[in-house]
Amino acid sequence: MNAPHPPASAFAGAVVGAPVAHDSAVLHARGQAPYTDDLPEPRGTLHVALGVSPLAHGRIAGVDLSAVLADPAVVAVVTPADIPGVNDVGPIEHDDPIFAEDVVQFAGQPLFAVAATGVNAARRAARLARLDLVPLPAILTIDEALAAQSYVLPPVHVTRGDAAAALARAPHRLSGTVHSGGQDHFYLEGQVALAVPRERGGMYIFVSTQHPGEVQQMVAHALRLALHDVVVECRRMGGGFGGKETQMSLVACAAALVARKTGQPAKLRLDRDDDMRSTGKRHAFRYDYDVAFDDDGRILGLDLTLASRCGFSADLSGPINDRAVFHADNAYWLPDVAIHSFRCRTNTVSDTAFRGFGGPQGMFAIEHVLDEVARALGRDPLDVRRANLYGTTARNVTPYGMTIEDNVAPELIAQLEASARYRARRAAIRTWNRDSPVIKRGIALTPVKFGISFTATHYNQAGALLHVYSDGTLLVNHGGTEMGQGLFTKVAQVVAHEMGVPLASVRVSASDTSKVPNASPTAASSGSDLNGMAARDAARKLRQRLAAFAARKFDCDPQIVEFADGVVTAGDRTLPFAELARMAYMARTPLSATGFYATPKIHYDRRTLSGRPFYYFAYGAAVAEVAIDTLTGEHRLLAVDILHDVGASLNPAIDRGQIEGGFVQGWGWLADEELWWNDRGELETHAPSTYKIPTAHDVPEHFRVEFFGRPNREETIHRSKAVGEPPLMLALAGFHALRDAVASAADGRVPPRLDAPATAERVLAAVEDVRARAATHG
Amino acid sequence: MAAAPPPVRAPLRFLLNGEPVAVTGIAPQTTLLEYLREHRRLTGTKEGCAEGDCGACTVVLAEPGDGGTPLRWRPVNACIRLLPSVAGRAVFTVESLAPAAGGLHPVQRALVDAHGSQCGFCTSGFAMSLFGLYKNAHRPPRAAIEDALAGNLCRCTGYRPIVAAAQAMYDIDPADGGGGWRGPGVAADGSRAVSRDEEALAVQLAALAAPDTLLYEADDRRWWAPRTCEALAAILVAHPAARIVAGATDVGLWITKQQRDLGDLVYTGDVGELARVRETPSHLAIGAAVALSDAFAALAASWPELAEAWARFASVPIRNSGTLGGNVANGSPIGDSLPVLLALGATVVLRRGAATREVPLEDFYVGYRQTVLAPSEFVVEVRVPARPPGTLVRAYKVSKRYDQDISAVFACLALVVAGGRIAAARIGCGGVAATPKRAAATEAALAGRAWDDATADAAARVLAAEFAPIDDMRASAAYRRTVLANLLRRFRMETGGAATPTRVEQVVAE
Repeated sequence: MNAPHPPASAFAGAVVGAPVAHDSAVLHARGQAPYTDDLPEPRGTLHVALGVSPLAHGRIAGVDLSAVLADPAVVAVVTPADIPGVNDVGPIEHDDPIFAEDVVQFAGQPLFAVAATGVNAARRAARLARLDLVPLPAILTIDEALAAQSYVLPPVHVTRGDAAAALARAPHRLSGTVHSGGQDHFYLEGQVALAVPRERGGMYIFVSTQHPGEVQQMVAHALRLALHDVVVECRRMGGGFGGKETQMSLVACAAALVARKTGQPAKLRLDRDDDMRSTGKRHAFRYDYDVAFDDDGRILGLDLTLASRCGFSADLSGPINDRAVFHADNAYWLPDVAIHSFRCRTNTVSDTAFRGFGGPQGMFAIEHVLDEVARALGRDPLDVRRANLYGTTARNVTPYGMTIEDNVAPELIAQLEASARYRARRAAIRTWNRDSPVIKRGIALTPVKFGISFTATHYNQAGALLHVYSDGTLLVNHGGTEMGQGLFTKVAQVVAHEMGVPLASVRVSASDTSKVPNASPTAASSGSDLNGMAARDAARKLRQRLAAFAARKFDCDPQIVEFADGVVTAGDRTLPFAELARMAYMARTPLSATGFYATPKIHYDRRTLSGRPFYYFAYGAAVAEVAIDTLTGEHRLLAVDILHDVGASLNPAIDRGQIEGGFVQGWGWLADEELWWNDRGELETHAPSTYKIPTAHDVPEHFRVEFFGRPNREETIHRSKAVGEPPLMLALAGFHALRDAVASAADGRVPPRLDAPATAERVLAAVEDVRARAATHG
Repeated sequence: MAAAPPPVRAPLRFLLNGEPVAVTGIAPQTTLLEYLREHRRLTGTKEGCAEGDCGACTVVLAEPGDGGTPLRWRPVNACIRLLPSVAGRAVFTVESLAPAAGGLHPVQRALVDAHGSQCGFCTSGFAMSLFGLYKNAHRPPRAAIEDALAGNLCRCTGYRPIVAAAQAMYDIDPADGGGGWRGPGVAADGSRAVSRDEEALAVQLAALAAPDTLLYEADDRRWWAPRTCEALAAILVAHPAARIVAGATDVGLWITKQQRDLGDLVYTGDVGELARVRETPSHLAIGAAVALSDAFAALAASWPELAEAWARFASVPIRNSGTLGGNVANGSPIGDSLPVLLALGATVVLRRGAATREVPLEDFYVGYRQTVLAPSEFVVEVRVPARPPGTLVRAYKVSKRYDQDISAVFACLALVVAGGRIAAARIGCGGVAATPKRAAATEAALAGRAWDDATADAAARVLAAEFAPIDDMRASAAYRRTVLANLLRRFRMETGGAATPTRVEQVVAE
């Protein structure tokens, strides 16, 4: 069972590595942690709603807003004509209008905004527009897009060796197709922004975002302002998961455009349905593979096509699909390999970042291939997975040319295989299934190897700003954002450790573009790696300054000045940190410092997709056990055992939370959560009544999490490892346990045809299919 | 028949976090959530979905009890609960939970200690659902905790630490959390624990109760809350265009999702006669305004096999607000109570003015969300015949998610078996037609035959072909047909003595 963490008292003095509570935990529980929509509204705040396209694709023949404007509660409408700058929120390509002009490209695409004196009035009025849209043919699926060669970005191919030759000469060969679905972020707090006009045309934006700097840029571009005219602030998000890396820009820009036009503060909060219809999601993928392998299931050659639904615009689809390519090896050596990546343009909402950023889809492909290989050979899939793992000195170069220096997967898997009693449980399940005609159980172990760093190399930098006040309290600001992942807590721990003060002395202030400029998004699991290092840099500067001051004051060597537990020791003098801070202030010592960090070692050629895009890898593995009902396809996750590599944890309680939460979110993607578009391209699952994320009941009582517990070999912040995204992919163990259970419904050797999400309907179809095929092949 | 006394025009009086309030000037169709956030700046209560599916808006109501207990403590969804419907009740939001003197309530302390929040947006809703559990159970089993949390979504934690908090909250000294009305509602021996504060609260509420029909008027819209059937009938006859509303668990969405103006509203939740469950030798009569929680508890007493289906009906907060009469009158093809009531042979008693009539439930529906209800007519009660000896019954729900989901297929199968033969068969189905339906052809294929595998299989084939369901986001038509037939096979296995697991819920891990 789960061993409880040692009580916090066991860590007295050691702030880094202690399982301290999230810095807002008490506020959360008391309902006193303000989110953007909770902030007091400035006098005269208007409420904004969006008018959206009902059509997936159409020419805009006319937008008549007279009925909207006639509503007595309506103060203004904003259309493309009201945009002084650029009508675009595309983060890389410029193909993502704030308001559609000439043509609408997905059902739910905003056409205009309406500002009224109340939220309900604005939403009611937005429906009064008379839209004259002329339908155009719509491309809704990956298959339609592939057939039409409809792409948001050109296809990308990564090859090593000669996959075709390896396939031609292989002793065994298999090919097939499988799909994984998209996923809505379902952050509990929907997209929201409050724009407040400031003097000289400036704009202050409160917004729920993972990337305040992006909001600053987009608002500046739309309003034709310089970056120093726009300030963006975010204290916390009610969840992000990638959904607030770019998707908030449109919301913030619409609010800012209203604020500019009316001179009044303006707030736009999307309701759940609008949020789900009009903002991007995880990319759905189609995978086609042709694999060559030997008698032991070792892959000799692989030709793999990854085709994703990107929606109508590029958004972050380039780097997301790149990352899918980079993770199509997962933890496995692929000698001769050709990976083809197609970024399909469809008339659906533009898909975007979502925890894992393409990595989960890449891994989905290779885990599927290996499971197929194992079943074709009649072997335990774990044996085939192990046979294909990267080596440590040979067989250790990725298809994109990066040598893996930190491979712990073989060791980690062996440890989990033993601790989770994988073999014994597999045997017991086999016996049990023989006597159970209706309910079948399955088990699987899958690994994760996830590359840490932004593939956009310039994003791998961070800044911090640290103040020491004359009462000895500290205020730290950094470029990262808090979406629940505990970044602020970890950064505070780092600063408290460095300055030798109690954690309570350190306050982290809201992310703010006027404090740390040009900050990267909080994404790619990099938050504490980057900002922790930047904050440490600032803290070290201040500590050195204070040590030098103390050495002068108390006539000792600065080297021997110690800071610990809120007390400073300088030679034979001991005094409270606050006292030293006051003295330093009186002696006119600067008590503010900036810190900076840039990730070393990484380099990457975007053109050839080769180099060392990742500073290091985070590893993990999970064993999952499931049961399925062969009459209905209903299924249940019975047990989860996880061994995950967080390096030397900065905060084991927070890291455990990321692992558990990531797994369950991944399970939702693979098992439950189905985005369903009708044949007109309208998303019909746009609220929790129809879109089902996991609930408490879906999480098994047996949910064991352990840390691999080895410090990062790279010099990361306190040798920790990034933990935000990698655990999501541990849920592939659950999906493969489902496949195992479905296979058991026949003779265990017929590979199931199961797409994700594995809804009850898909599981039942897969059961009927394996039974039919087993009967045919006798 | 004495004429009902005229309505009394009055403000809405209730207790908010212990303080009496009298609301005027706010439109009757304002939701409780909008009132809390926009009018009272109590922003701890969040909007996550505005349809009662995520629980971020959960608050706890203390309502006058029904004998034995002074108050009932019930989590509800503020996002679709209409503000006027809390008149005469005490509303507690997350802001009231921690004692004013400082510190944390045990549910909050447990959440913090278990690392039960990450982004925190859902946390106040979880705290209030846990507070509801704290008032209604002592150290409940894990399944009861999951049930209590079925209406609360968390996207960050994966729930493990929240369930751990629910288990740990009983270990924390209630005195640390201020005691009084905040204290546990159930003692260690299972008896109801009533603090002096709670008694005082009940007295305060009793003083707020309107003696006669409340008429609340604002924004050119009226809200009547009659207290007798007589008064209700009179209002509906006088104002046939007025809309009946009870828990608003569906009507609330017309406001939040469709921005509809509902016009004048008549609230049934304060009509004492409609809020009662009566048991007679021939039937169980469940008043139209009885909360689903209470209606299901009453049904489960005679039909324990149905308990799982009821636990999977929406969530605790929805079952606390929604009413059986509302579920019946609303006539949704996927309302989960209806297939069960059809299989159990229920009737509905309707009233218009002084005239009443009793209609078999299967005759009540005439089309998609259409019923035989005439203008000014309302549902008085649902009558469920007493359980015949030899009855075999199961209710099966198939949906994408186990908890708090809308059925792709729902089937309730009831057989009366005597001497190995099927004396009577009734099957109610949901999700397979425009209205909840009985499977008449399948029933005919069962009636009079021996209850054995062959009969079940033959009937399953009939059932697979009996309906023409649609493809939608919940399931394909083909899946619905296949599963419906397989549910009959499952029913046979479960009632025919085969000792094999038939439910994934029965399986434990190695």
